[in-house]
Amino acid sequence: MAEHSSEQTTIIGCEIEVLRGGDGPPLVFLHGAGGAHNWMPYMDRLAEHYSVIVPSHPGWGRSDTPDWLDGMGDLAYFYLEFLKSLDAEKVHLVGNSLGGWLALEIAVRSTAKIKTLTLVSAAGIHVDGVPKGDIFLWDDNERVFNTFFDPKLAEARLAKEPSEEDADISLKNHFSTAKMAWHPRFYNPELQKWLHRIDVPTSILWGDSDKIFPPAYGEAMQKLIPGSSLTIVPECGHLPQQEKLDDFIAVVTAHTNGAAA
Amino acid sequence: MKFYFFHLMPYQDIDPDYLETNKSSWINLPNTYYDPKKGAKLYHRYLDELELADTLGFDGVCVNEHHQTAYGMMPSPNVLAGALSRRLKKASIGVIGRALPIVDNPLVIAEEFAMIDNLMEGRFIAGFVRGIGCEYHASMTNPGFSLERFREAHDLIVRAWSEPGPFEFFGKHYHYQYVNLWPRPYQSPRPPVWIPSQGSTETVEFAAHPDRKYTYVITFSPVASVRKNLKAYRDQCEVYGYECPPEQLGWAMPAYVAETDEIARKEAAPHIESLFNKFIASPTQYKLPPGYSSLASYKAVIEGKYKVRQNYLDCDTLIDNGMFLCGSAETVATKLEEYQKEMGFGNIAPMLQFGTLSKELTEKNLRLFAEEVIPKLKHLGFGAEKVAAE
Repeated sequence: MAEHSSEQTTIIGCEIEVLRGGDGPPLVFLHGAGGAHNWMPYMDRLAEHYSVIVPSHPGWGRSDTPDWLDGMGDLAYFYLEFLKSLDAEKVHLVGNSLGGWLALEIAVRSTAKIKTLTLVSAAGIHVDGVPKGDIFLWDDNERVFNTFFDPKLAEARLAKEPSEEDADISLKNHFSTAKMAWHPRFYNPELQKWLHRIDVPTSILWGDSDKIFPPAYGEAMQKLIPGSSLTIVPECGHLPQQEKLDDFIAVVTAHTNGAAA
Repeated sequence: MKFYFFHLMPYQDIDPDYLETNKSSWINLPNTYYDPKKGAKLYHRYLDELELADTLGFDGVCVNEHHQTAYGMMPSPNVLAGALSRRLKKASIGVIGRALPIVDNPLVIAEEFAMIDNLMEGRFIAGFVRGIGCEYHASMTNPGFSLERFREAHDLIVRAWSEPGPFEFFGKHYHYQYVNLWPRPYQSPRPPVWIPSQGSTETVEFAAHPDRKYTYVITFSPVASVRKNLKAYRDQCEVYGYECPPEQLGWAMPAYVAETDEIARKEAAPHIESLFNKFIASPTQYKLPPGYSSLASYKAVIEGKYKVRQNYLDCDTLIDNGMFLCGSAETVATKLEEYQKEMGFGNIAPMLQFGTLSKELTEKNLRLFAEEVIPKLKHLGFGAEKVAAE
């Protein structure tokens, strides 16, 4: 496992936890609803290529839950400050699910600090006639089974008894997810009007069997972001960085290398 | 003591096997189970029952609000209050309550309540609730803002009733250039307010506050929990420096009276069990969306209450733990008298129709309760002057 560290950093009065590891061009990973307070294999693999920076959003993990946190716009402005605080001139920005939505909200405001954008099963838009999964009406088991293509992965996840801290954090993350995404459900109706503003190379990655945001969401997103590309990963659910790690790494590295060339 | 017949108006003509293929009676139970021909008949039957309570001498009748469910057919209780307002001769109407946070324009509630209060020439009680968790799925209101929207909508409504308009109101969730209510409520400065609750510290502190002194009504809880929560309210009044009068405390519970205890049990059992095991049924995440309560109380509820509630609740258990008052008039009156002396409440809101209970048994229950229970208890629970209508 690559060397990695956890540090607390304060941005506009809000203390958040940031995991870091690896060497190379800086890459910021914006996590989804489930959070990212533990160093995961996909971070390890990214750390072979990049200086990986994984902040826990305000309201998630071991980060503060500030009083001002009412919606995705608040998180987007927070992260503009966070990106400004980094030494790097520009970063590769990767966002998964709710973190992908966040990346879009940041990018329509400013791409000044963004070198490339990678969206992995990103929330944020609505596609008429393509129902999404309802993570709030599913019970804990359904939520896990509907996250993965391979039920064995879900079973393995469910078989693991979480530590008390992990259980508390998971509840905290779920509460914050609801606050951000309850209504309109996982999207901002204003956003798709402005996605054409995104002027950095954008790659979109989607599992073909995503039961939360079906691949039609990826196709719609690709049409809305000028010059973006879409890769659909076969036999993959909502978390390609966990279920199809090789594909995830291949897409991210090809994208960032292409942008560097 | 005052007696209010509380109706939930369940859609009782539903296919009895519906839960074999559905998880819940709420939110996404397909509305193809609802037959408007049968529903229309039920509405009229239930309104007849509420009107019968008036002629039998109940002090009031109560309706409430639930959405997208077979549990109750009253997404808009004010429509039914309107229908009742021209028919009730003596009884008051309590709408207990309207779920404030789930509307985007709370002035509509202020207006409709003021209209009912005018139509009833003051025989009206306004109930304010946050609405149970299921309503947040049905309305898509963000549960994370439930408490702050409740408080803000409440402040707006009470000010709209009691302050001369027009005035400005700019809150976090609600924003008005002109608050100027037409009609103003009949009662001055406002109708009495009831706060139905299953007992949270925040609600107790809010309702008991000297600026409000709202009647605190415990709903559908085991008697141990009724006792604990009413005591918490009385204690809170003391903290605020006043003694809680009986008028400020209430208890709403299903009740059934028959000729003997045995007959009561036998007649009520399938119907009370249908309420607690079918009409109420929904998985935890339906009832308790994230953010509806604090993280700490969410954890407590998940670990405590809902584990117990997963089991089938039979009639005997419900009677034993005091969630259901059932028996001969003598039995029910004796129990209520003991509870009243111990807990000091001045209002009870018995739900005398529940689940699949038929028209005939409901009418019998209403008559026996009115004729044989109320007279035994009417003298109890008079304390201080009427606070609610101050």
